[in-house]
Amino acid sequence: MLPQLVRRIGLMVFTVWGAVSLTFVILRLAPGDQATVQLGPDATAAEVSALRGELGLDRPIFVQYLDYLGSASTGDFGESYRFHESAMTVILERFPATVVLALTATALALTIGLLLGIMAGRSPGRLADRVISGITLVMQAIPPFWSGIMLILLMALTLRLLPSAGSGDLEHLVLPSVTLAIPFTALVARITRSSVAEVTAEPYILTARSKGLSERAVLARHAVRNSVIPVVTIVSLHIGTLLGGAVIVEQVFAWEGVGSLLVGAVGNRDYAIVQGATVLFAIVVVTMNLLADVLNSRLDPRIRAGAQA
Amino acid sequence: MSDRHPVPTRTTATMSDRAPERAQRSSAGPLRVRGLTIALPGQRGTADVVDDVSFDVLEGRTTGLIGESGSGKSLTAMALVGLIPDTGVASGQVLLGDENLLTAGRARMRQVRGAEISVVFQDPSTALNPTMTIGDQVGEILRGRGLSRRQARERAADLLDHVGIPDAAGRVGAYPHEFSGGMRQRAMIALALAGRPRFVLADEPTTALDVTVQARILDLLARLRDEDNLSMLLVSHDLRVMSHVADDLVVMYAGRVCERGGAKAVLNRPLHPYTDALVRSVPSVRVRSAIADPLPGSPANPFDRPTGCPFNPRCPRAEDRCRTEVPPLREVEPGRFSACHFAELAERTSDTAAEDLL
Repeated sequence: MLPQLVRRIGLMVFTVWGAVSLTFVILRLAPGDQATVQLGPDATAAEVSALRGELGLDRPIFVQYLDYLGSASTGDFGESYRFHESAMTVILERFPATVVLALTATALALTIGLLLGIMAGRSPGRLADRVISGITLVMQAIPPFWSGIMLILLMALTLRLLPSAGSGDLEHLVLPSVTLAIPFTALVARITRSSVAEVTAEPYILTARSKGLSERAVLARHAVRNSVIPVVTIVSLHIGTLLGGAVIVEQVFAWEGVGSLLVGAVGNRDYAIVQGATVLFAIVVVTMNLLADVLNSRLDPRIRAGAQA
Repeated sequence: MSDRHPVPTRTTATMSDRAPERAQRSSAGPLRVRGLTIALPGQRGTADVVDDVSFDVLEGRTTGLIGESGSGKSLTAMALVGLIPDTGVASGQVLLGDENLLTAGRARMRQVRGAEISVVFQDPSTALNPTMTIGDQVGEILRGRGLSRRQARERAADLLDHVGIPDAAGRVGAYPHEFSGGMRQRAMIALALAGRPRFVLADEPTTALDVTVQARILDLLARLRDEDNLSMLLVSHDLRVMSHVADDLVVMYAGRVCERGGAKAVLNRPLHPYTDALVRSVPSVRVRSAIADPLPGSPANPFDRPTGCPFNPRCPRAEDRCRTEVPPLREVEPGRFSACHFAELAERTSDTAAEDLL
């Protein structure tokens, strides 16, 4: 068990390091840097190169990289030149808003997705299955930036029921979380459907029926628990996509979370914020994956046995 | 042995509310199957995969239902508890007392399952829920009868002990993957006994097990039948399994009964060429050959049954009449039924094979 855990943590650190390094390289490959953005288009080449020297941007990229890794490993992710504050402080201030958004979307996706998936999966090929499969296919195909704008058009402009933008209270939360939940719900529904369809064909479901249990009891006690195991895995793998979606959705709805902060930081070449946010997202993703594995080992005793071996 | 006899419902708290049921039970008599026909859709239309099957599962006896795969034997057994596929249509009668289970409602069938008729499935490694403890699975029926979780676990432990699982009390919390194949099948049997049924359908109960374990499971089933006064329908393709435990034998071919009678008599002197061929195909311990006399050809497909007797393309005795006229199942001798035009001509040809078997 212990070497397993050590291996696992090592893998997590490696993943976060990979994310940091990739972001670092990609940022520097992009044209322009903090100096050009900060000084504007009217600045002379001499002014720009002077500021570059000041910021250390004229050093070889490898030196800059090692320097960044060195301070990042001590928890110092640099200072944001726009906020004049530690980048991580700025990010963590905005983080709760993103967490609320992502959790609401996940809760929506899980309740509706599981429900739809179970309804479709318990009778594959029947009408309910075909209708649900059709709907979820469309839901999965719609990109959030489009569904977000459509929702604004309908709910905010035409029906005037909800605000189109802003953050903080509940009514501002509805549209962005629904937008974010649409493809996620479809994913959960589709995975649940195939999983339930597979499990209900298992011989132990017939055994459960042969005990004289009601269909509801067969489903609740025998089918669902076994069906949920692959769903947990898929959901945890989707957390990264969800955060990526949050970046767009926050931008569309002016939700003041890490996502919109990140978009602004990329435009302004605020390296410290971009890299800090990436580290945070990477940590969230690997932690969720770990949590999913722990949860699955609670759900499936065979995984528990495998982990101990 | 009697102190190990658990079947706790007989002696403990729930006895009073079970008593009326008990009285009703003793008068219920055998399980009678009459003209059972099951239509299933296939690629080329529907076919009667089970066709006009009749037999009795007599009280306190083991009735063997034998046939090759695709003969409809498992489907026949599942029809007795109303668990055929959704696409199937069953007609005829399955009589429990005077009640036709084929026309009983869903709610009534749920009462019958587990409590009157229960099932032991073929492969215990897939027929048990992998994420539920053995104890919870065995005790689930009892939970449905209002027992607390703890009580149900205690009963489950008693039942597991009854079917010969060592340290049963310590193993109710184990999961199926922590059991060996034979132990799993014992647990499956305990599960089937939990509702105190009178009839147990055992569908190929030893086929998925190691040869060394098979005999022990069969012995267990025979012991339970005697101790708990169960009536058993044993479905198998294996004649040696049948010769080990069956009292009565129903031989199926292509969805129809081709021979029926007392097991010993049928195996000793088959009155149908198919049964005869089956007996001959069993490898004898004394003969140095894997398969003594294999049956040529392949089983008839119910979707494409030959005209006349379904066995005629493989039958050594077939004549013109067999290719045109379907032989009805008829009583050839007292208690002996055969669906062969020439049943009376059956010779005592399979002595050697049968002796090894019995």
